[in-house]
Amino acid sequence: MADHILSWMTFFPVIGAVVIAFIPKGNKEIVKTVAAAAAAVPLILAVRLFIDFDRNLDGFQFIEHFEWIKTFNIEYHMGVDGLSVPMVLLTAFLSFLCIIASWKIEKATKGYFALFLLLEAGMMGVFCALDFFLFYVFWEVMLLPMYFLIGIWGGPRKEYAAIKFFLYTLAGSVLMLLAMIALYLFTTDPATGQTGTFNMLHMFDQANHTGILTLDNVRFALWMGLFIGFAIKVPIFPFHTWLPDAHVEAPTAVSVILAGVLLKMGTYGILRISYPMLPDQAKAFMIPMAILGAINILYGAFCALAQTDMKKLVAYSSVSHMGYVLLGMSAMTEAGINGAVFQMFNHGTITAMMFLCVGVIYDRAHHREINGFGGLGLQMPLYTTVTSFALFAAIGLPGLSGFVSEAMVFMGAFPVHQTITIISAIGIIIGAAYVLWMLQRVFLGTRNEKYDDIQDINSREMFTLVPIGLVVLFLGIYPMPVLNLMKVSLNSLIAVINVAG
Amino acid sequence: MSEHAILWTALSVLLLPMLSYVIIFFFGKMLPRKGDWVGVTLLGATLVQAVRIFVHFWQMGDSQLRYEGGFRWLDLGQFTADAGILVDGMTSVMLVVVALVSFLVHLFSVGYMHGDRRYERFFAFLGFFTFSMMGIVLANGLLFLYVFWELVGLASYLLIGFFFHKPSAADANKKAFLTNRVGDFGFFIGIMIFFTAYGTFNYMELFAQMQLAPLTGALLTWAGVGLFMGCIGKSAQAPLHIWLPDAMEGPTPVSALIHAATMVAAGVYMVARLLPLFDPNALLVIAYIGAITAILGATIALVKTDIKKSLAFSTISQLGYMVMAMGVGASAAGMFHLTTHAFFKALLFLGAGSVIHAVHTQEMPLMGGLRKKMPITFVTFFIATLAISGVPFFSGFYSKDAILAGALAFGMQGKTMIPFILAIAAAGITAFYMFRMLFMTFMGKPRDEERYSHAHESPWTMSVPLLILAVLAIVSAGWKGPADSWFSKFVTSYDLPAIAAEYGHQEHHIVESDHHVAVDDHAVAHVDEHADSHAEAAHGDSHGHGHGDAHDDIHHKAHNMAMAMSIAIAGLGIFLSWLAYMKKAFSTEAIRTKLNPLYKVLQNKYYFDEFYAATVYKFVLGFAWLNAAFDRIVIDGIVDGSATVTKIGGWITGSIFDRYVVDGMVNGVGNLIQGAAQGMRRVQTGQVQTYLLYVCTSIVILVFVFRAL
Amino acid sequence: MMEVGLTHYLTVGAILFTLGIFAVMTRRNTVALLMGVELILNGANVNFVAFSRFVETSIDGHIMAAFVIVLAAAEAAVALAIVLAMFRNFGTVHVDSVDSLKQ
Repeated sequence: MADHILSWMTFFPVIGAVVIAFIPKGNKEIVKTVAAAAAAVPLILAVRLFIDFDRNLDGFQFIEHFEWIKTFNIEYHMGVDGLSVPMVLLTAFLSFLCIIASWKIEKATKGYFALFLLLEAGMMGVFCALDFFLFYVFWEVMLLPMYFLIGIWGGPRKEYAAIKFFLYTLAGSVLMLLAMIALYLFTTDPATGQTGTFNMLHMFDQANHTGILTLDNVRFALWMGLFIGFAIKVPIFPFHTWLPDAHVEAPTAVSVILAGVLLKMGTYGILRISYPMLPDQAKAFMIPMAILGAINILYGAFCALAQTDMKKLVAYSSVSHMGYVLLGMSAMTEAGINGAVFQMFNHGTITAMMFLCVGVIYDRAHHREINGFGGLGLQMPLYTTVTSFALFAAIGLPGLSGFVSEAMVFMGAFPVHQTITIISAIGIIIGAAYVLWMLQRVFLGTRNEKYDDIQDINSREMFTLVPIGLVVLFLGIYPMPVLNLMKVSLNSLIAVINVAG
Repeated sequence: MSEHAILWTALSVLLLPMLSYVIIFFFGKMLPRKGDWVGVTLLGATLVQAVRIFVHFWQMGDSQLRYEGGFRWLDLGQFTADAGILVDGMTSVMLVVVALVSFLVHLFSVGYMHGDRRYERFFAFLGFFTFSMMGIVLANGLLFLYVFWELVGLASYLLIGFFFHKPSAADANKKAFLTNRVGDFGFFIGIMIFFTAYGTFNYMELFAQMQLAPLTGALLTWAGVGLFMGCIGKSAQAPLHIWLPDAMEGPTPVSALIHAATMVAAGVYMVARLLPLFDPNALLVIAYIGAITAILGATIALVKTDIKKSLAFSTISQLGYMVMAMGVGASAAGMFHLTTHAFFKALLFLGAGSVIHAVHTQEMPLMGGLRKKMPITFVTFFIATLAISGVPFFSGFYSKDAILAGALAFGMQGKTMIPFILAIAAAGITAFYMFRMLFMTFMGKPRDEERYSHAHESPWTMSVPLLILAVLAIVSAGWKGPADSWFSKFVTSYDLPAIAAEYGHQEHHIVESDHHVAVDDHAVAHVDEHADSHAEAAHGDSHGHGHGDAHDDIHHKAHNMAMAMSIAIAGLGIFLSWLAYMKKAFSTEAIRTKLNPLYKVLQNKYYFDEFYAATVYKFVLGFAWLNAAFDRIVIDGIVDGSATVTKIGGWITGSIFDRYVVDGMVNGVGNLIQGAAQGMRRVQTGQVQTYLLYVCTSIVILVFVFRAL
Repeated sequence: MMEVGLTHYLTVGAILFTLGIFAVMTRRNTVALLMGVELILNGANVNFVAFSRFVETSIDGHIMAAFVIVLAAAEAAVALAIVLAMFRNFGTVHVDSVDSLKQ
């Protein structure tokens, strides 16, 4: 497995899914065990990757490069750098925990776990692909299981949410596809000297761009196409409304993956594809991007403040937190971009905790109405502690990882966008407001006697929450292990953009 | 002790309370006595360590002595951040104050919190608070100052909300945290401005850079005001003081530790620590805010009947003094007052706690005559009252006097007199309301016999801390005048040129190489190498550098005048209070009815809460609601609308065009073929004879055809 | 006296053939139909023998005629058997009423 570690990580879940498909109906325990095992292997490999990854090397590592479809010069090309390794780690980590968190799924267990593993494969592939076509394939592959996971195992308005999610994302994909084809047609393959290659590494090199790719208007159009395509995934205002609906309807574990990993694909795409391929346009688009970031931060926070459904609140908080990522990216400074990627990682872990916590209460009370609780702190002390931990992490409490990345984003963005950063910083007040208000209404205050017999969090749920909590705490105290992974690659990305600008 | 030993000792002061937190939080339930002894013991050890550092500085007697150590915490190449600790005279005093009060409050809580269902959590949180507070004191850079700043906020949140099942407590802790966040917002912006300009968080490096390449005018003022906003929030200065009275929902030992002695003083400590970063304009803002807060708190404390609320407003008022001291250039006096105030205010709160523990109410009109039942509490409370009122030979007198002298000198130097006038007025009011409190609680006849009969002196764990604090409330000022008090050994202004020489060269290159500044020079007010000499001169002056003879003279004169005035006004306050509450020479009721509008304003705390409720809260919630509605109606409307449009389009293409045109064509072909087939199948009769007929006919036709060819 | 030539033979053959065709086309009774088939075959036989005698003097035509006669006998046997089976199954020997394949 050591040779093709990325392929194993990507395709082992597929093997698991196939195996599950052949397990006779009714053997739910076996299905779950197989699923957990199939998700555990990528996690182990991810740890291996974390250890073996050379932190001082700029460029891609663990490369796998084969011909795939020769006619169109499409290749099977996988590799990771400092930008993708944290995302791969996050994907492997959360996928495994989500399988455990889904243990209670009773409806069509086989289908659920098989789809979940396919989803993991798609996500892994997106983060590892170095061939644009391959990237696109994985991007779409991951869409379908998600659609079914929301549409079949979701809440009351699941069809609406699933279709909204699917159509929205598909609309983005189409724009991306057009841009991809344009890039493909007018990029020279240095090996043959002819145009037409999907190899991202060739696309990164501006010297390979020919024909219309050298025209400013075309480059702007391509940038916008890619940006909107990725913006829908992030989601950036005003393309964000699929998110609250999808989150509210999706089952807990799917929400976790949706917020924890899928949203990162948008920002990952911008950093992996848009920035290095069109650095001049990226530089020119800094201010609009920063403004969109500020809007996301504040708009998401204010919307969250007005929600009465816990999951919707957490969903809007995701919109707000992804705004920090955008703000940091738009600064194109060391602290900004490193902070943005670190925030992507941290948001993944912290939001995962929040959704898992909401899932715990939903499993017991069968509703998520914030005003329907009160004084749970006395009835579920352990759960209160864990949830408070997650919520305080979300408002960027120092000592927990969210603070480090938010502070880095602000420090990085401030020299470049002074006013916008100051306005965005209001988000830290509103962020605290919606979190504390929810904390008060759910856990503090007068006891709601309806829930006197409610059970506190159980050990299986703790098993899913504690590892994430430890990661959040550790990275809050000492963030360098993850920052070391990314800083060399990201700093060279900044250099590329600053040269172009 | 060597530098190494000092730093390790300081680190142990930081980490021992953390250890207490970890042990009690995770294992408290399993330990005997729920682990309270762990907390008390570890805090005792912390105190010992803190005292060792203090003694070292006492022996060295050099106010510019400073030890610093740390490590690189974050390193991205050019962007770096260090974590480290800085120990100097001011730190050593604060360490002792925090450790001592915290230790005593731990001890007091053993009795006070006895039997609470979350007893072990309480000690855990106290440990966590002490850790965070030590972090603020020891941090050597702005980033970690902010980190611990937020952590004490969390500790405060957890402890105010300790009785979270009470809705009022649940409201109060949220209010405290959010109000502090508003201050922290400004604090963070201030940090960002300084970091952007100088590329470092380290205090000393910042001071050095400020000397070598000062920021220019307005930006520096805003940066200073930003930093000061942190102080406004944390030290409960107007207009963000509203959280502190509500914070009294927490258990009384918490009020003593956090909301009187230590955490609320953190803002003052921060301003004193960062004093070289404030320009004269920012300092003026600080002086005004402090003075306004001092008078505001004192006047409200006049009318409050809840003993803890009254003490809370007293705290706000005293904090105003300290902050004002920073603004008028008497920072050492401010720190001095912080120290003495920590002892006597902690004593007042613990005394109040002892009383509340005995009579189970916080309303002073229900108390009275308790001196007979609770002699220790009474005596210690009395000492604290004398100290806070500014009676000579008690600690509060010296420190408050030093502040008043500073404010007077500030006015006499041709700047504004307003801070001094407000402060001296507040001093008189303070004496009045403190004695009012004493008289109402301990003197006279019991007003509620039922409660009085159940009252009893508290157990030793509660009374011993009172006695220790009472001793400190007397002696902490020493027995000399403030000008040559022991405190000057520890706290004086920074020797900025020396710091510049020591630290300046190290990080100077960052200013040039930092591409934030280099790339985007319009985004940052450019670091001006040719420093604005005028601004610098004014700056240095306000920090008490370049003492001239005239300067010393003014200070000397101010000192004498202020002392005389403060003794007189304190005496007046005490006398009036005695007349009103002991002698009953005039009726307070009558005054209240006469000045009813004023009374109402004071009783309602100048309507700050109502004002915020009507403006800020309403605006924020309304705006949130508006945003959510916008999201749901407009944006989702557009999305769903586009879906509807697509659906209608789909219906037109699918149902109309498709059915009649495309399907028409398709079906047409089908129908044609079917029709043809219908016709053709007639031919296939299955009758051999018919077939034969066809054959013959065909042959005949073919014959004719071939003939024709 | 008129010489009997090829034309006469062919005319007789044609008459026989046409009568046979007519019988096959018009008769409903299967037995009559078979008789029509016999007439056709015999019409053909007359032609064979006639051509053999007048056009190319050999015995090929005769041999062919003998074959046809044998074949006609065999055919009649089989066909009559089918007619019998048909009568047993359908109770009729009329061709137009046996059309169950058509449905």
